[in-house]
Amino acid sequence: MVKTVFSSERLDPYSPPVEHLQLQAERPVAHLEWPGRGEVWTVTKHEDVRAVLVDTRFSSDREDPRHPAHQAYNPNTHHGQLIELDPPTHTTLRGRIMSEFTVKKIAALRPKVEQVVTRAIDELLAIGDEGDLVELLALPVPSLVIADLLNVPESDHGFFQDHTSKFSGEVTQAERIESITAIRGYIARLVDERIATPGDDILSRQLAAGASRDEVIGLGFLLLIAGHETTANQIALSILTLLDRPQLLEQLRADPSLVPNAVEELLRYFTIAESGGLRLALADIEVRGVTIPEGATVWALANTANRDPEVFPDPHAIDFTRGSRNHVAFGFGPHQCLGQNVARLELVVVLEEVIRRLPNLRLAVPVSELTFKQIGNFGPHKLPVAW
Amino acid sequence: MTARVVARRATCIGAGQCVFAAPDIFDQDDEGWVLVVNDEPLAAAELAAAKQAIQICPSRSLSLVEE
Repeated sequence: MVKTVFSSERLDPYSPPVEHLQLQAERPVAHLEWPGRGEVWTVTKHEDVRAVLVDTRFSSDREDPRHPAHQAYNPNTHHGQLIELDPPTHTTLRGRIMSEFTVKKIAALRPKVEQVVTRAIDELLAIGDEGDLVELLALPVPSLVIADLLNVPESDHGFFQDHTSKFSGEVTQAERIESITAIRGYIARLVDERIATPGDDILSRQLAAGASRDEVIGLGFLLLIAGHETTANQIALSILTLLDRPQLLEQLRADPSLVPNAVEELLRYFTIAESGGLRLALADIEVRGVTIPEGATVWALANTANRDPEVFPDPHAIDFTRGSRNHVAFGFGPHQCLGQNVARLELVVVLEEVIRRLPNLRLAVPVSELTFKQIGNFGPHKLPVAW
Repeated sequence: MTARVVARRATCIGAGQCVFAAPDIFDQDDEGWVLVVNDEPLAAAELAAAKQAIQICPSRSLSLVEE
């Protein structure tokens, strides 16, 4: 029975759509009409979102024409990338890349992240006393961290940053495609260089572990796509929140040891990559007593799950002391974000350094004037600030 | 009546969240697989951290075995 119309648009940047919260309270597993996309089964309770994401009968295979993300799938640009694979292929590929993102590996990355953030803030201070924080800080930091992971030579960083900033910015489709093509070509050249002369980097190690040339190019590109705009959006939203709610900023100034907790709580609060929870049901599957039929488009709505009052009391309050580790902002199950610990590291270092070095940072426009991306990952287009 | 942690390596995806939740109980080897560094019966405070790790493990590879 399809009674209600679904929309994923966030009218209030600080909240999931009111309708989604209502679904969580009244119809935790619901079948809705999705204008332009047909129908969708929404899952909104925290427990159920985790159950769906851990169960690979809710498939991620975007090659399947029934999959909700199939229309974005392009066999020319996707070489079986992790996010669109099911077991057993997914399991093998993920297992092969796991070692690059261990706790120890990430800890060893800290000095490099600090260096990147320090330089970005130095450059920001050098250009004047106001500008767009997205362009000046939020986009360059993750782009340069990934450039480092891929061992992109310093001389190519400008090229790398210039083009990657056009993947999601307010540019024409033609410019976007040109930049995507340029970066894909660049990564292909990098991989060919590593095939000829192996080095000490992710791409070389993947080749040595048996990945094909195409797989490694796909991986390099996926790391970039998955780790750039997502982190940039979260950096921007985190800083926006602190500037808009000065008592939270004061709390962190007074006790910087709270920053890792703040990062976690803000991840929970915004859950920017909610579209990662789209799945295709490969069988009739029961969730909370409701049977979701085979062939159904299912959306595990992680943003709303992260406001489940049974898991996070007073869920709409931002509380840096609540202990938010069991949020699902990075997803759950076998596809849980591979780069989550890199993202956390970047967010911690950025917030620590911004608090320390930009004591007069403030919004240059009212929050109501900001515009937000509503397709793909959530975040502001620009964040005009002054320092 | 206490419990000890058991980890199922075969389903581990190397997310490392257990290490953050309970660093005295879990570690990761160089490949990324979970290592249980404390498989002794756990004291009360350790149990709480272990339960948190079990809750947040994305592949549900961790469990407690009571003794």
